[in-house]
Amino acid sequence: MNIISEAVVKILMILFINLTIVAYLVLVERKVSAYIQNRIGPNRVGPWGLLQPLADIIKLFFKEDIVPKAVNKFIHSLAPIISVVVAFSTFAVIPFGDKITIFGTTYKLVIADVNVGVLIILALTSLGVYGITLSGWASNNKYSLLGGLRSAAQMISYELSLGISLIGVLMMTESLRLTQIVEFQNGYILGFIPKWNIFLQPLGFIIFLVASFAETNRLPFDLPEAETELVGGYHVEYTGMKFGLFFLAEYAAMITASAFIVTIYLGGWQFPFVEYFNLSPFMLSLLQIGAFAFKVWLVLLFFIVIRWTIPRFRYDQLMNIGWKVMLPASIANVILTAFLIYFNLL
Amino acid sequence: MNEFLKKSEIKRLKNLTFLQRLYIPEILKGIRITLRQIFKPSFTIQYPEQKFIKPESFRGRPVLVEENGVERCVACGLCSRVCPALAIDVQSAETELEKERYPEIFEINMLRCIFCGFCEEVCPEEAIIMSSDYELSFTDYNSAIYGKDKLLVPIEKVQDRLDHLHRTR
Repeated sequence: MNIISEAVVKILMILFINLTIVAYLVLVERKVSAYIQNRIGPNRVGPWGLLQPLADIIKLFFKEDIVPKAVNKFIHSLAPIISVVVAFSTFAVIPFGDKITIFGTTYKLVIADVNVGVLIILALTSLGVYGITLSGWASNNKYSLLGGLRSAAQMISYELSLGISLIGVLMMTESLRLTQIVEFQNGYILGFIPKWNIFLQPLGFIIFLVASFAETNRLPFDLPEAETELVGGYHVEYTGMKFGLFFLAEYAAMITASAFIVTIYLGGWQFPFVEYFNLSPFMLSLLQIGAFAFKVWLVLLFFIVIRWTIPRFRYDQLMNIGWKVMLPASIANVILTAFLIYFNLL
Repeated sequence: MNEFLKKSEIKRLKNLTFLQRLYIPEILKGIRITLRQIFKPSFTIQYPEQKFIKPESFRGRPVLVEENGVERCVACGLCSRVCPALAIDVQSAETELEKERYPEIFEINMLRCIFCGFCEEVCPEEAIIMSSDYELSFTDYNSAIYGKDKLLVPIEKVQDRLDHLHRTR
């Protein structure tokens, strides 16, 4: 099997799995939020509401696609496409397992194992702001425009601390290749704590987590949407599947952000203490994929619980935290890590 | 300055402790509260299968009380007069019975009815009362106008409501 067909198979698999996860993530979010608010949540379509995502998708497809007269038609259609493409293509460089051997052939469990993986992810996620800003501008609606502008300002200011908080990890691993970053996290500190970057870089992890929330427009930082002030922000003028694409992009971005957090800080597909179990290589690969999926779901649940816990920031508070707290803290983290590495303490 | 509070007791943003200003421990506290809610029982009533327990004073659709096979109503028209939504239409006629008058036509337009219960309050004969029936649906305009055929209810079925009225009036 040549490289191209292998990659195509992997891409289709990842795309299919991601789309399924997105669909069910929406259901999980609705269910968890319902339980948090002492409700039950969707439970009518299928057993325990398990077919709800399907019904939602069918509904979105059959809705009328309204394009208002005053919009810039080309950019109005382009914006949701940009959002979705960016959100899904980021997954290409994220390793979801080590290697798997099927019928004597060994496959790497990552679509593209490139040596600038971290840079690719940062570049693609910062492209995501174009989707939102362009949709805000093209809609010719003041609320949409405000949402788009806020989104641009927010993403640019949080991208700085997102990138700088990563430098600490990159200095320790001395590589931008995501598979190497994961392999670096194999082993233990003091013999029993897994050597994950979250334990080596706690400050960097917190900054990165908060910045990820801002990057994915999730609730404490969902100012571009801000239903209460902007009636929905950038997607006011969208209906049917175009709105569905924005919805898809938001949740896909959430999955990508979780996968990125897991890869960089939570040991990726590493399963602690697995070497004591004496598993066959095939079982080990499956276990590692399972560990990765489990960690990603935990982070996703954290995203959801945070959304239903913390109210939205005011715009000036958002900017204050971004520039006056997060940025200095991430720079301090870089300097601290540099000192520790220089004195061979890390 | 509030005279009931000492100056040291007023909590201002600048008086927060270091941990509170760090924000993260407070977020964790918030998450703990949120997570605790997950395990509490939900208040949801699964409606079509499960129904809520109606209080005695619940006001469902208005009905006419039927006593000894004939309505109590004497067609005085007070209910129609007091109805704020103009939902009730009464046309009286004479009868050989002791009450001398009876409604020839008694119609309530259920699309207009707002379930306020004024008709029940104003009725001198306790002839129109609010039942506990609230599941009403129509497929066209004409079926929403309830005539005597739908409004008349034997007195045994609404005895609870009458008792409640006697107790509270």
